[in-house]
Amino acid sequence: MAKKSIGPVRREFSPWENPEHPPFIEFRNVTKKFGDFTAVKNLSLKIYEKEFFALLGGSGCGKTTLMRMLAGFETPTSGQIFLDGQDLAGIPPYRRPSNMMFQSYALFPHMNVAKNIAFGLKQDNMPAADIEARVQEMLQLTKLEQFAKRKPHQLSGGQRQRVALARSLAKRPKVLLLDEPLGALDRKLREETQFELMNLQEELKMTFLIVTHDQEEAMTVADRIAVMDKGELVQVATPAEIYEAPNSKFVADFIGDVNLIEAKVAGKSEAGTKMVSVTDGFAIECDQVTEATVGETVWYAIRPEKVRIAQGDTEHGKVNEIGGVVWDIAYLGDVSIIHSKVGEDDNDTIRATFANISRMVENPINWDDKVVLTFDRDAGVILTR
Amino acid sequence: MDTEHVAAPARRSPGAWLLIAVPYFWLFLFFLAPFLIVVKISLSQTAIAIPPYVPTFDLSEGWQAFQEALSAFSFENYVWLTEDALYWRSYLSSVSIAAVSTLITLLIGYPIAYGMARSPQSWRPTLLMLVILPFWTSFLIRVYAWIGILKNEGLLNQLLLTFGLINEPLVILNTNIAVYIGIVYSYLPFLVLPLYASLERLDGTLLEAAEDLGCPSWKAFWKITVPLSLPGIIAGCFLVFIPAVGEFVIPDLLGGSDTLMIGKTLWVEFFNNRDWPVSSAVAVILLLILVIPIVLFQNQQQKMSEKEG
Repeated sequence: MAKKSIGPVRREFSPWENPEHPPFIEFRNVTKKFGDFTAVKNLSLKIYEKEFFALLGGSGCGKTTLMRMLAGFETPTSGQIFLDGQDLAGIPPYRRPSNMMFQSYALFPHMNVAKNIAFGLKQDNMPAADIEARVQEMLQLTKLEQFAKRKPHQLSGGQRQRVALARSLAKRPKVLLLDEPLGALDRKLREETQFELMNLQEELKMTFLIVTHDQEEAMTVADRIAVMDKGELVQVATPAEIYEAPNSKFVADFIGDVNLIEAKVAGKSEAGTKMVSVTDGFAIECDQVTEATVGETVWYAIRPEKVRIAQGDTEHGKVNEIGGVVWDIAYLGDVSIIHSKVGEDDNDTIRATFANISRMVENPINWDDKVVLTFDRDAGVILTR
Repeated sequence: MDTEHVAAPARRSPGAWLLIAVPYFWLFLFFLAPFLIVVKISLSQTAIAIPPYVPTFDLSEGWQAFQEALSAFSFENYVWLTEDALYWRSYLSSVSIAAVSTLITLLIGYPIAYGMARSPQSWRPTLLMLVILPFWTSFLIRVYAWIGILKNEGLLNQLLLTFGLINEPLVILNTNIAVYIGIVYSYLPFLVLPLYASLERLDGTLLEAAEDLGCPSWKAFWKITVPLSLPGIIAGCFLVFIPAVGEFVIPDLLGGSDTLMIGKTLWVEFFNNRDWPVSSAVAVILLLILVIPIVLFQNQQQKMSEKEG
């Protein structure tokens, strides 16, 4: 049997698997309170040198606060933050070896592009000739050469975004902090820029920390993603692990689309787990060995693209096979998402995606068709929380 | 580019024209027409008559008389202004007192406006109200109040004497210092308000960005805050400087006999000497002194922004 791994491998880079590897950035039991509100709760996190790390979560989850504490704009209520072995406590933002790209870009409106980029270098009293050379290099890197003399208000959104990036990279910071960097761009430009960011990070060999609420963005660019909720880390893992092996209902639901089926554990062995769904009583078998005991209620999470759908009838009681009736169809071009009502009373909905691999379909699935939904033994994941 | 976008020549409806005409008509009636009358009087000669100058136009006497009256106009009064040192010394002294007062007002007003713009959102309406509050009392009464504070046996001297900071009363009233105090006090709101407006608009993340790039806050103030509040500074300074140059009440009430300001000179010329033509000439020159530099300055600004655009 071929070796199985979770998802494709982005690049050979996984220092987090070695517990001896020293972290580059470390949050140690960091808590941040604003009055009565706790934005970050006793959070510990290690980020490694040259890593592209994403903080992902909804608004108000504490991801921006965490980044602002690293930049020095907020002081932790308790806990410590280390960067390259140095405790950052008491070091003002202007002495920290990190630079930030702001969500609003925060370009200085009274300075042209070249002066914006040179601003940070001038603060370091760099010789004028060196500044000139570095600015040219940054303009080239971000393809802004012909805009050097323009003021920010004379640029398009995408150009401004590149100026902001060039300005934050100009000082060659140890860490680049990106606060929702692509939020203001349209979809096409955003996807393009995501790949540019990845290439840039590879080329400059810097540590990047990105804050985003866009899961696709995080999955595209990051080596690892930390999913945050209510000031706590829910899961820290590679994009593939987060997607294929979420550790909780929250992560499974937050990242991508998922069917959550409530089930009782009917039996378990080394070969896997047998479950029976609570509402409809269909049988599920899975390779995963759960820590839940027999009789306990768990959730079986299965992504729509891992559910096969075909017209037809099925007998009740077959394993990993459910009969249903088509309830809704969403045509997205590349795929169609089909909602089927399943179970005796049609009271549960299971979503399956149907890849439109051909332009013409002979006998298309239609509303109210009887369908059979099947899935593999390793298609889903058992969640206990 | 957006900036190269040129609006198509607008075709305005009669209603739109009417709307535009109203302010122009207002300016014509209440600014340009009176000003032309003043210019006309400044070209006349003083006379013992009512009104106290010749020639006067009387359209009933016909075209011939009108032409005769026109030929009687002369620039004599303007020449006179250059001959008597009193006038140019008054102008110079007015401009310098106004300039110094504007500078002091800026030094006091900037921190006030800055503090207001940085204060919690919920405080701002109250602070704004406090700045405007003095306008609810008559300007004259407030200036008179300063006499009570500044005079030799006034509140300030009593306070300083009580605390033993001075042994004998300071002479402040009827000096230029009292004039400075009066102007700064009276015109402070005119500087604070436009400055506050421009500081409040300032995006706080710009300062964070500056700090993030290695610029300490005090330096960021000079590099970011001040340049971006420049329009507010300029507007505020004009609003103080222009009326201060022609100020009459403050130097008259608080200043001494040696306080030379053009407003006072004009008053004396008009009411004491009843020389309407000369005082009109003084007023016209005052207007030119103020208008010409401002127009030049605005042209310069226009050119600069066009060059950048």
